[in-house]
Amino acid sequence: MALLVQYTLIFASVLVLVALGGCFSEHSGVINIGLEGIMVMGALGGALMLKFLPPETSAFMMVLLTVLAAVTFGAVYSLLLAVAAVSFKADQTIVGTAMNLLGTAAATVFVKAMNTSINPNNVSSTIQYIAAKKAFLVKLGGFEFNWFMLLAAIALACSYVLLYKTRFGLRLMACGEHPQAADSVGINVYKMRYAGVLISGILGGLGGIVYITAGVSEWKFENGVAGFGFLSLAVMIFGQWRPSRIALAALLFGLFRALSNVYTGFDFLMALNLPSSVYNMLPYIISLVVLAFTSGKSRAPRAEGIPYDKGQR
Amino acid sequence: MEKTKKRDSLLHSPGVQSLLASLLCILIGLLVGYLVLLAINPAGAGKAIITIVRNFFYYPSRAAQLKYLGSTLVKTSPLLLCSLSVLFAYKVGLFNIGAAGQYVVGAGASLYCALALDMPWYLCLLAAVAAGALLGALSGILKAYCNVNEVISCIMLNWISLYMVNTLLTNVKEYASPYTLTLASTNPGALIPGLGLGSLFTDNQYVTIAIPLSVLVTVVIWVLLEKTKLGYELKATGFNKDAAQYCGMREKQNIILTMAIAGGLAGMAASLLYLTGFEQWSCTQSAVPAMGFNGIAAAFLGGLNPIGTIFSSYFIQHITSGGAYVDKTMYSSQISDFISALIIYLCGFVLFFKYALNNRLDRRAEREARAAQAAANQEGGER
Repeated sequence: MALLVQYTLIFASVLVLVALGGCFSEHSGVINIGLEGIMVMGALGGALMLKFLPPETSAFMMVLLTVLAAVTFGAVYSLLLAVAAVSFKADQTIVGTAMNLLGTAAATVFVKAMNTSINPNNVSSTIQYIAAKKAFLVKLGGFEFNWFMLLAAIALACSYVLLYKTRFGLRLMACGEHPQAADSVGINVYKMRYAGVLISGILGGLGGIVYITAGVSEWKFENGVAGFGFLSLAVMIFGQWRPSRIALAALLFGLFRALSNVYTGFDFLMALNLPSSVYNMLPYIISLVVLAFTSGKSRAPRAEGIPYDKGQR
Repeated sequence: MEKTKKRDSLLHSPGVQSLLASLLCILIGLLVGYLVLLAINPAGAGKAIITIVRNFFYYPSRAAQLKYLGSTLVKTSPLLLCSLSVLFAYKVGLFNIGAAGQYVVGAGASLYCALALDMPWYLCLLAAVAAGALLGALSGILKAYCNVNEVISCIMLNWISLYMVNTLLTNVKEYASPYTLTLASTNPGALIPGLGLGSLFTDNQYVTIAIPLSVLVTVVIWVLLEKTKLGYELKATGFNKDAAQYCGMREKQNIILTMAIAGGLAGMAASLLYLTGFEQWSCTQSAVPAMGFNGIAAAFLGGLNPIGTIFSSYFIQHITSGGAYVDKTMYSSQISDFISALIIYLCGFVLFFKYALNNRLDRRAEREARAAQAAANQEGGER
């Protein structure tokens, strides 16, 4: 049971972080389909830091530097979307899709090149961080506390305050609802949208490193992040673009994702005798069903996906 | 003067602009790919990028070149259908990122019908079309009646179908390997007939009527989109859903129908590859096959024109196959995926490119008109 709670919390942390990222980007008016690619890049940054930090680094520095690396990679990569969607008014869906493919391809090419240069016989796209990963974990009896859970909770609280209680957040949301009106009162819509996308890059990158360290100690970059970026988008929609509801949605989805890791520990689930692929499918099926029932009265930001053109009314 | 005018009107034509934009995307994509190779290992970068572009010319003998040209074509036909699937949906204002999943169920249906149910090839092919269409229609229904964004539902369905097909095909896999049984050993009747086409490519047994079939489907899709009432209605729905509804078109049915056709195309794509026996399905695959995603690249690179996609699909497959020949001690074959992803990214800028080009041309035309006007006025004044 402790194991189920532990996995639920860690997967929910990933979903909260990335969904909040999507939330910021969409509130500024840019649809971020590329979260999946951003997660891969963040994961790559964090994994490289874990691999190359000397093992005697203190746990605190280890966590700090890994987070910094993931965040930087994610933010820099999200610039690809910001430049295309905001400055060049490109189609956000195409660019986002390209970023997902590009993220996985670039990470694979890079990791393979790195592995072969270290050992010519190693052509895999896997990075291992078995020992370094221990820095994130604190044993509390049977429960493994992960510092990332705390980080996700902090990010959640900060996002809530930032979006609803600060001038920046309210302006950001204005740009996603009615950019022309925002512009007419002197808000720089382009700047705000850049900010929204960059924040989504930061949170998405962080989510990426949390995801690849949740439950495993190595990652094969050829697989990307297995649709988790899109699950986060589903969480965001289910959460109606509001941080508090996103947190609840993330817990629900996290629970189903966790089941696929720990279902063997429950006698009644084992008694059902379902193949393991059913549990693998479960989060995706649940999200489809949930979306089917909740998308009808969508409260999506009004102007999302529409490039802002100063000359247009 | 006459000459520039002619060139201008040529540049104004949307077809030429699309072609120019696509060529530019390819050039920049290859250039950035080259830079990445340089960054990884400067020693072999030039050779590697040339290897990718040359693909089957890697082999010195003409016979071998022909044979591997055949293999590239074998993989081009599914890619062509995948890109048609993406294109068809896009014309109706839907982004079918689910082509990958529809491709997966197509593979599952055709292989299961062939290996477990012993059906002949044409029934397997129809089963694949039906499975893909069903999955596509599901996304369409979710979009039309539940307002679920088709991109998200498609991605979810991609993963669901991958796990389902893996489970289904485990029933017909080889005992000691994760791969499905070969068609040649289990049910040769399920192999798409070659009708002697293989002998044109140095007896490449995988070259079958699948290749001309895919071109035929392309033409059918072009006719459907451009020359029929249904195509017109579908496109009208894509342009403005509300206006289409106002004109008495049934916009919900149109969305579902579009996704079903797009899904059927992607499903058929898979059967055209797996029923040649060129590849076996690996039941332990943990990633959705790239074919559907490459279809997106080919669709946009082809300027969203069915005939254009024939060339762009070939190009994408050409560099993807070429990637297999790069020196593995230095680089990985995924460099081709990287280049195609870059090309999709650059395709996002095509609208901007056209806008900028038109702007420039218009401004020049205006300047010339003003100069001509001024000259005419001056002449009038002198007289």
